[in-house]
Amino acid sequence: MFEREGAVYDSRRPIAPHQHLRPTTERAWVKVLLISIALIYMLAIVVLPLIQVFFEAFRKGFDTYFASFEDRGAQTAIQLTLTVAAIAVPLNLVFGVAASWAVAKFEFWGKSFLITLIDLPFSVSPVVSGMVYVLLFGAQSALGPWLKANDIEIIFAVPGIVLATVFVTFPFIARELIPLMQAQGNTDEEAAISLGASGWQTFWRVTLPNIKWGLLYGVLLCNARAMGEFGAVSVVSGHIRGQTTTMPLEIEILYNEYNFTGAFAVASLLAMLALLTLVFKSLLEWRYGDELAGTRRH
Amino acid sequence: MRPSVIPGFGLSLGYTLTWLSLIVLIPIIGLFLKAAQVPLDEIVKIATAARTWHALEVSFGSSLIAALVNVVFGVLIAWVLVRYKFPGKRLLDAIVDLPFALPTAVAGIALSALYAKKGWVGSLFTPGGPLNEWIAAQTWLPFGLSSFQFDWKIAYTPSGIVIALIFIGLPFVVRTVQPVLEEFEAELEEAAATLGANRLQTITQVILPRLTPAILTGFALAFARAVGEYGSVIFIAGNIPGVSEIAPLLIVIKLEEFDQAGAAVIAGIMLLIAFAMLLVINLIQAWARRRFGDV
Amino acid sequence: MEIRVENVIKEFSRYPALDNVSLGVRSGELIALLGPSGSGKTTLLRLIAGLENPTAGRIFFGEEDASQKTVQERNVGFVFQAYALFRNMTVLENVSFGLKVRPRATRPPKSEIRRRALELLDLVQLNGLEKRYPQQLSGGQRQRVALARALAIEPRVLLLDEPFGALDAQVRKELRKWLREIHDRTGHTTVFVTHDQEEALELADRLVVMSRGKIEQVGTPDEVYDKPNSPFVFDFIGESSALPVTVQGGEVWLGDRALGLRAEGTAPGSYRLYFRPHDVDLVDDGPALVGVVAGARRVAGLRRVELEIGGDGARAEIDLPHDHPAGERTRIAFRPRLWSLFPA
Repeated sequence: MFEREGAVYDSRRPIAPHQHLRPTTERAWVKVLLISIALIYMLAIVVLPLIQVFFEAFRKGFDTYFASFEDRGAQTAIQLTLTVAAIAVPLNLVFGVAASWAVAKFEFWGKSFLITLIDLPFSVSPVVSGMVYVLLFGAQSALGPWLKANDIEIIFAVPGIVLATVFVTFPFIARELIPLMQAQGNTDEEAAISLGASGWQTFWRVTLPNIKWGLLYGVLLCNARAMGEFGAVSVVSGHIRGQTTTMPLEIEILYNEYNFTGAFAVASLLAMLALLTLVFKSLLEWRYGDELAGTRRH
Repeated sequence: MRPSVIPGFGLSLGYTLTWLSLIVLIPIIGLFLKAAQVPLDEIVKIATAARTWHALEVSFGSSLIAALVNVVFGVLIAWVLVRYKFPGKRLLDAIVDLPFALPTAVAGIALSALYAKKGWVGSLFTPGGPLNEWIAAQTWLPFGLSSFQFDWKIAYTPSGIVIALIFIGLPFVVRTVQPVLEEFEAELEEAAATLGANRLQTITQVILPRLTPAILTGFALAFARAVGEYGSVIFIAGNIPGVSEIAPLLIVIKLEEFDQAGAAVIAGIMLLIAFAMLLVINLIQAWARRRFGDV
Repeated sequence: MEIRVENVIKEFSRYPALDNVSLGVRSGELIALLGPSGSGKTTLLRLIAGLENPTAGRIFFGEEDASQKTVQERNVGFVFQAYALFRNMTVLENVSFGLKVRPRATRPPKSEIRRRALELLDLVQLNGLEKRYPQQLSGGQRQRVALARALAIEPRVLLLDEPFGALDAQVRKELRKWLREIHDRTGHTTVFVTHDQEEALELADRLVVMSRGKIEQVGTPDEVYDKPNSPFVFDFIGESSALPVTVQGGEVWLGDRALGLRAEGTAPGSYRLYFRPHDVDLVDDGPALVGVVAGARRVAGLRRVELEIGGDGARAEIDLPHDHPAGERTRIAFRPRLWSLFPA
């Protein structure tokens, strides 16, 4: 089970002397103890909750499980979640590429402050992330009466949900691309331009191929969070069933109605999404680890 | 700005700043403006109200405990992942990130089911549960240990909040400590050994000090994330005002009661603390760069 | 303290790093382990220190079997190639570390630890820098801190792994002289690993030349340089030329030409003749090696010429005074003064 030096003994040789513990490792029982603690801890904190989701979802059999998705609320929730992610992720994709281009390829005053600002949404409570839009566009806000007069619905409607989702997933792609592009430097682009390529040609043919795996990695993480966001969306959605409930909100409603099977059935879809994200993420890390920058940072 | 042959500076920076302002900065400034419209005595009243105070206390207290637990186990998991070989190591490494990928609402309902009185883990600590029955059967134990019985209600109590916050903060310490440990030179441990230090002395005096900046960063990240966490907590917390009501929940309640001023004040306090945490993290990293030449 | 290495074998997953090595190091000696990378020299040093376990064989410090002891118990001063200074500790804390981690019974009082550490910093000429951190020092200074730290535990033997490997040429030369001085003053039995022959020849009392996990030759710098016992040592240390020759009737022949070198007692047959460029005499008459100049380059105060010898493309290099008139295609006759024959 554990690493051992591959010592080979044969009878012609003198008997091996006492084998001491190498100074850079621990005794076998200490290793076993530490590994066991880590495994038990991970089991209790991470693995069992995951199993619990599927266990509860399938507790009443496959028929009940699949019946959960015939419910109109569940179906519209799935649709809305996909729609929101389909809008929010591309928006952040464009932003992430533009921001990392500006930050990684150029030197300018206040750059590190800009990076801190881009990271800001990571540090803000999701509830606050949603609330800022309520204060800005809500019925009680300065814009509220004008929006109402012009029949524009933002809060308690899909645009608000999209805005809140964009906010919480704002740094994901930029965060992945900035260190990667900084590490790659400018030489490839400078070479392309000295050979007569235009700016866009350089971007599409040189930069993008260099960052494609990092970009995909960022998109995956961004998408997982966009589909799973709860707090921020909860504040702006208004919980109008069949209209403004995303999958996480649908889970809450079902759970509070004591429809546990339904709640866990919807949850199982999101859990599968999370697992799929992890699988892709791990594959990217193993396969293209050197082409990703922040594989260990979040 | 350094002269560069690469085009697109104006376009990319302009787009970045515009989008950043529209999505993040203007809304956040709006929140502070809203809070600033509240008269000062009103702010003080909201901030010092017993319910607000308790909510902040619950949020910060349980976040602190959770982050500390994550430091201990995060370092342990990072150590095990970097130093030992064992079957399933890659899998363990991959699922460390699950709390990042799993939606908080899913985690919330799963954890509350797991740690409820009848849940797989919760039942272990409930009177009459299997673990307690097993202990009671061990009559051979000395000092009357077999009469010891767990009576620990986890879900729907402050303990549940801590469990949820441990879950969501788990990856931070692991992922900040792991790369530092991977780059740690074996020679330093060997040097300590040749100088006569035993393994424990080497770990506490040579290895851990080098991990300190990463541990502090991981702690600060986990703590900051925990303070703002909402989704996973509200399902398991029980949400009793003054006992297990967290600050983000209080903001939501105030918004639902159309008390925007109250919500803005609490949100403002939380934002300021979040900024302070961000500053602390940056200071730790700057200090570590100066001191160790890297993070 | 004497060190005796007896029949040591070390295998890393079936690949033999050391193949039955035996070596005696005299008390107070400064000895160099010299060899190309992969020759096992660092492995041997690490085995002496106890950082690795031998697959077989034993290592003695004096009469005591050190193989029975852990690295902590062996009490060796080890200086690592990259210094391995503790970055979280000041220079003073680094030097006193070995004393501070001693069990209470043998640990000197704090003031004594401090006094000794300062004394050592004085010895390595770093007084005044005790409050600095390692990152604030130059490479040469770090090297000296590493040595002071190793000396602080009053080691029974001092082991250095490529002690000057990471330094630039100038600093390296200074530190070399200085290490010799420290050694003469403290008198520790010292083993150091190097791949730099100049360093080994200049510094060591004796050299251990290693290749592919075996010891090729042990001897003083003069012995190893002047009487290499194998083609490997000839090639690896100093410059040398090798020519295919035959021995017949106690006489060395190149083709059908006698060279005027007596090889009495050497069995007739094919050999390779090794000699160094500067160990040759130019001759005017009599049997000799004869070649025409194919190329020349300046080497310090001398001119080294490459000679084509005989018809079948054999080449040799010899040193000439820098003002020797030889030009391209000049014919030169010479006879090696010091030479060796090894079976072809």
